[in-house]
Amino acid sequence: MSVITIERKILEKNDRIAEKNRQFFKEHGVFVLNFVSSPGAGKTSILEKTFQELSATLNIAVIEGDVQTDLDSQRVASYGVPVVQIITMGACHLEANLIRDAVQKLNLDGIDTLFIENVGNLVCPSNYDLGEAFKVVVVSTTEGDDKPLKYPGMFRNSSVLIINKIDLVPYVHCDLKLLKENALQINPALKIFEISCFTGAGIPEWCSWLSKREFPRL
Amino acid sequence: MHELAIAQNILEIVQQSVTEEQEPDVKWVRIRVGQLSGVVPDSLDFCFSAIVSETRMQQAGLAIEQVPTVSRCRDCGHQFQIEDMVFVCPSCKSANLEMISGKELEILEIELEDKRDNAL
Repeated sequence: MSVITIERKILEKNDRIAEKNRQFFKEHGVFVLNFVSSPGAGKTSILEKTFQELSATLNIAVIEGDVQTDLDSQRVASYGVPVVQIITMGACHLEANLIRDAVQKLNLDGIDTLFIENVGNLVCPSNYDLGEAFKVVVVSTTEGDDKPLKYPGMFRNSSVLIINKIDLVPYVHCDLKLLKENALQINPALKIFEISCFTGAGIPEWCSWLSKREFPRL
Repeated sequence: MHELAIAQNILEIVQQSVTEEQEPDVKWVRIRVGQLSGVVPDSLDFCFSAIVSETRMQQAGLAIEQVPTVSRCRDCGHQFQIEDMVFVCPSCKSANLEMISGKELEILEIELEDKRDNAL
């Protein structure tokens, strides 16, 4: 047997492109958030509420990632927000090269904030740096309070947790206090917002924090 | 199922690291997978076997070293293995932790079968 020593990161190619993306965003003064969650947690609804609240404050653009259809980008475009749709054709996550290519299709003039909506999946997107400032993980109360414990990687790699659908707490088996405890056990530095896109509860707090740019250090 | 994408990344790095003549001799690809990496070793192994079967490296297998999540407390210096995903120092209860290991997703080395050995 002869041995060839390699010692390289398996995802080094993605990490290299992500770093270039990050540099590009920095040069263009664009602040980038990567939204991750399981399917149906309410990422697109949160974006819609955020556009409504901050249309006068921030200049937002969006990259939508979905396995199929451009339904989400149609929703985003109806707010007059510049949007590019990535259809992954089955792939379970976005990769940095997809973001690099999608950004070329966006006119970033005057844009100060870019939301990337990742494919709904709490496992795979956690490995892939896209060049974002940080990840925002969304969990909805209908998913139960044990999600952070089941998907620790994602909660560990995110800086912000948005708990959506708090209006449904009386009807579902979800202990909000326990959900937060579980999340903080995985990542004590998580900044947590509790919101309902249906009633609008908590949206002002999230938007006010977002527009103040008092962001956690990575 | 991003294990397939990761298996493709591994294959790419191996192909960059050996010559075309060496490809059929690749026996083992040693990799390190952290407990927090979100990668399922069995699934990765399966995906890798599936994609190498289409190449000249049909006999190549993955030798996967799994790495536990280890942390060091920045407040009291205690080093410990994270159990049950509780990211709190068991000694002083601080959450100010430095991650020592657990996020690894690395390719370490490639083992080639010696042609001369085969001939003997």
